[in-house]
Amino acid sequence: METIEVRFHLDWPGFSLDVDCVLPDRGVTAVFGHSGSGKTTLLRCIAGLERARQGFLSFKGEIWQDDTTWRPTHKRPLGYVFQEASLFPHLTALGNLRYGLRRATTEHKVSLEQAVELLGIGHLLDREAVRLSGGERQRVAIARALAVSPRLLLMDEPLAALDLKRKQEILPYLERLHDELEIPVLYVSHSPDEVARLADHLVAMKDGRIVASGPLMETLARIDLPIRLGEDIGVVLDAVVGERDEAWHLARMDFQGGSLWARDMGAAAGSRMRVRVLARDVSLTRQLQAQTSIQNLLPARVSAVADDEHPGLALVHVQVGPSILIARLAKRAVAALDLSPGQEVWAQVKTVAFLE
Amino acid sequence: MLLSGSDMQAIWLTVKLASIVTVILLLVGTPIAWWLVRTGSWWKGPVGAVVALPLILPPSVLGFYMLLAMGPAGPLGHLARALGVVPLPFTFWGLVLASVFYSLPFMVQPLQNAFEAIGDRPLEVAATLGASPLDAFFSVVLPLARPGFLTAGIMTFAHTVGEFGVVLMIGGNLPGVTRVVSVQIYDHVEALEYGQAHRLAAVMLIFAFLVLLALHAWRPDAKKG
Repeated sequence: METIEVRFHLDWPGFSLDVDCVLPDRGVTAVFGHSGSGKTTLLRCIAGLERARQGFLSFKGEIWQDDTTWRPTHKRPLGYVFQEASLFPHLTALGNLRYGLRRATTEHKVSLEQAVELLGIGHLLDREAVRLSGGERQRVAIARALAVSPRLLLMDEPLAALDLKRKQEILPYLERLHDELEIPVLYVSHSPDEVARLADHLVAMKDGRIVASGPLMETLARIDLPIRLGEDIGVVLDAVVGERDEAWHLARMDFQGGSLWARDMGAAAGSRMRVRVLARDVSLTRQLQAQTSIQNLLPARVSAVADDEHPGLALVHVQVGPSILIARLAKRAVAALDLSPGQEVWAQVKTVAFLE
Repeated sequence: MLLSGSDMQAIWLTVKLASIVTVILLLVGTPIAWWLVRTGSWWKGPVGAVVALPLILPPSVLGFYMLLAMGPAGPLGHLARALGVVPLPFTFWGLVLASVFYSLPFMVQPLQNAFEAIGDRPLEVAATLGASPLDAFFSVVLPLARPGFLTAGIMTFAHTVGEFGVVLMIGGNLPGVTRVVSVQIYDHVEALEYGQAHRLAAVMLIFAFLVLLALHAWRPDAKKG
């Protein structure tokens, strides 16, 4: 059983956690929700830092917690990155890295050199932990968690305490982790951009409960449960920069089933990128418009129509090849166009949101 | 020589007593302080109160009970006899034992503050890095609490040097055995040897001043001008 099975029930004054789910054993799983939704508590339960009285946790067939078993944190092969810098102040950066390395019991899949190189902290090793900047500290903390060669990496909003500039500094390293390591990562975040950029799977939490769980793109495109990642509902597409139109500063983003022209952000042709297409930026027409300012017209097929939060609005899901887009339309427009599942339409995409 | 032979003997005895008591209390007080910080037990309150008792109890009261406990019929007396270190009252080791109780809060309370200031996070971090609780205590808590240990050690040493009432009750006034500096000064004054009392008292005064100065200088967050 190559999965992580999680069942926790916990009652605190004013808060209860009640989760029962199976998490994938590979890729980045984002645990997303507002503060107070219980995502950090879930992570702490998995790490063994919090003990739910009723709980079951099995990691790839190993029981870490059940009615009779309790494996303490220090015997769980995991790495944990805390929200705020948590380096030991009495040690240097290297001393911090070695602390876990010396105590690691798992065979070494990630070497110290690899962790140092991945996070780009080679020049910081001799520095005292207290003399590092916030961003540097968090990079060392991530390298420290990696250097124990964990079989599961838990990250609790590792970027939340940093300003935008520091976030930009660390995100590329996290993307490298994602691409180069085969460790399953549970990434707690309330930042839509981080989730859209890093996650393969999404676990959405609310009030101590899991409201949705599944592959990121599918879950975001679920019609029965539109998940608002940030300011608006939308989908995330895995795209490759196909062509750059340098005269007009545009780049063609090829995704499964179609392509979209977007602002040229400077990425070279062939590089992978994730883009978001928000529901408010998609409109539908029955006929192909010849003269329109919209640059992206995609043949699509309506797959579902659902109510939006406002009684006057509807969310229409359309299939573009295997990919899904969501359009927010006035219900009157839905009626006027007589939209129903199976219908062929043109999706007009006004703009593409980049993740930064 | 400003100080007489018996004065020097009293100083030496005092230093020996304070050193031994400090070492014993480091070993005994550390686990007590750690337990008081980490426990969720109902016993935390009562134990904390007993540890703090010497702060407000008159030394003569503490000394009186210690004397009874150390006597042939007392529990400590029985224990001492079983271990073959009889008798306890009016001996150096009796004095050590009494001082350990008397100075306990001066060791435990600074350590408790230091441990509390460290908080849960470093221990959680250590656990996620594979350190057992005992390992984490030695590799994380001890280094982080070093200023607290320094303060606690100095306070305990200094407080033991300065005790008088408990010494008189338990140790009496035997030269080279239980006659510490504070008792020696009392003797000088009783004998109207004000000159000698002055010199010894000055030594104590300078010592106390230096201790407080050292505490200030070693405080890690001290704002030094």
